[in-house]
Amino acid sequence: MDVVLEAVGLAKSFGAVKAADDLSVRISSGQIVGIVGPNGSGKTTFLNLVTGYLSPARGQIYYLGKEITGLHPRQVTRLGVARSFQVPQLYTSLTVLENMLVALVIRSGRQGDCWRALRTRARLAEARRLLEKFGFGDESGQVVRTLPEGGRKLLDVALSFALGPRLLLLDEPTSGVSAAEKFRVMDTLIGVIRESGVTSVFVEHDMDVVQRYAERVLVFSEGRIIADDPPGALFADPIVRRYILGEE
Amino acid sequence: MWGAQVSRTLAGAAPWLAVLLALAILPRLLPDWLGFLLTVAFAKALVVLGVAVLLRSNLVSFGHGLYFAAGAYTVGFAAKWLHLREAVLLIFGAVVVSGALAALLGLFLARYRGIFFGMLTLAFSMILYSLLLRLYWLTGGTDGMVTAPPTILGVAPGAAAGRAHYYLTLVCLALALALTRRWLGSPLGYLASAIRDNEIRVEYMGASVRQGIYRTYLLSGVLGGLGGCLVAFSVGHIAPEFSYWTQSGDFVFVTVLGGYASVFAPVMGSVVFELVRNYAYALSPYTWQMSLGAILLLIVLFLPRGLWSLLAPRAPVSSPWTSSSRR
Repeated sequence: MDVVLEAVGLAKSFGAVKAADDLSVRISSGQIVGIVGPNGSGKTTFLNLVTGYLSPARGQIYYLGKEITGLHPRQVTRLGVARSFQVPQLYTSLTVLENMLVALVIRSGRQGDCWRALRTRARLAEARRLLEKFGFGDESGQVVRTLPEGGRKLLDVALSFALGPRLLLLDEPTSGVSAAEKFRVMDTLIGVIRESGVTSVFVEHDMDVVQRYAERVLVFSEGRIIADDPPGALFADPIVRRYILGEE
Repeated sequence: MWGAQVSRTLAGAAPWLAVLLALAILPRLLPDWLGFLLTVAFAKALVVLGVAVLLRSNLVSFGHGLYFAAGAYTVGFAAKWLHLREAVLLIFGAVVVSGALAALLGLFLARYRGIFFGMLTLAFSMILYSLLLRLYWLTGGTDGMVTAPPTILGVAPGAAAGRAHYYLTLVCLALALALTRRWLGSPLGYLASAIRDNEIRVEYMGASVRQGIYRTYLLSGVLGGLGGCLVAFSVGHIAPEFSYWTQSGDFVFVTVLGGYASVFAPVMGSVVFELVRNYAYALSPYTWQMSLGAILLLIVLFLPRGLWSLLAPRAPVSSPWTSSSRR
């Protein structure tokens, strides 16, 4: 399988805290990878390093064989790496449909067009098709700030997905989502991801979610990967169960 | 299908065509001084529209007097040095000069947000004010410059200059409103809203926030220059005060007064402002600013979305400038 993402010897510290400590990992095409670990173990830092929000002190990051270390987030996104956020980053005064239209027009590179309308028939159809995939029907005309948290999370991922990425990074897709909603949200997300074959990495604290949806799990601790296994094998390991699940 | 689209377009445009027709008849019904006041209000509404367009990206310009003056002085310089009197050419010149100025300053200003953006725009307008004041040999200093009434498509309006300027300003305003409305419904217009809501997301989608702001600023500057040029036509005299901070403050004042829930709101705000100022000054020459201040206070307290919200109280929260394009 092609390697989509490769990190080699990444290092990043915030004062005395090592958020990435000689961190190396390879992620192959089509994989759905879960990242777990305690707070401060470097999970989100890893996403921030890959997407260019942070630059590593040492090490390199390769995307589809091309080095992307230190590139601006905009450039990384343009190459095909999209991300969602722990706190959904949306255009809250616009409607769900308008959010999607903005994502699609940016994907097409025509966001500088000041003459033709944003709402073309083709773009509207594409936006509605994508929103339906993510379970948005009647809500597409709703202003985003009135959406429930689960809807915001889905829309955040939907906007990233609309950019047509090869690699999708999801930062805690179920945080802030009610227990009743979380599996519905993840079923929808993973369903779309599997259907499209996009390589995905998601950071998650909820082990039920990780066990259920990840094909491979990376366990982070103090900026290092201390375990890298399929969820079945990983969660059967008594040491991991004690360390991650807190079981005696 | 095509026929249905045409009739939909006509139905949508009908109210605005009716307003335009009423405004076209108005000068015949009004005294000359009121026609003049409307001409100035319409011309200044273009500058206010420029300020309001920037507000769409959450940027407040406290220095739009810069473009107002640039447009006006382009008319003055072109008439003085190039002996140009044709309105169409002068308008073109003002648009080019203010656009070039915005293109240059925008490179710097597009990096800044919030109070820094506001203060820098103010600083640039005050630099121009100082230059206009000091370069007496070129600008006439505090005396300013007298601008002769222009010809319109080669015709000198003569005694009907006031009415001719009114119609010229009305046509320019109608075109600018139509173009701005179209721009706001375009990808770039929506990008401005997206930038206002969430710059981080815009960058993480692969678009440049700085470019979006730069282009918005360019449009805003051009509108300011056009307004200044038209005021120079109708008033016939230009002065450094066009670039002074109080003038820029007036434009922000009118933006708040009218609101920016529609491209027409700045026009409403500008007309009301000129009328109130005129009457307040006539009634109380020494305290007219107090009357304006009291009115602004009332507007902020009771109509935070400006006077326009009286006409469109339930305008949609999202994409308000392009409400007709919504489903």
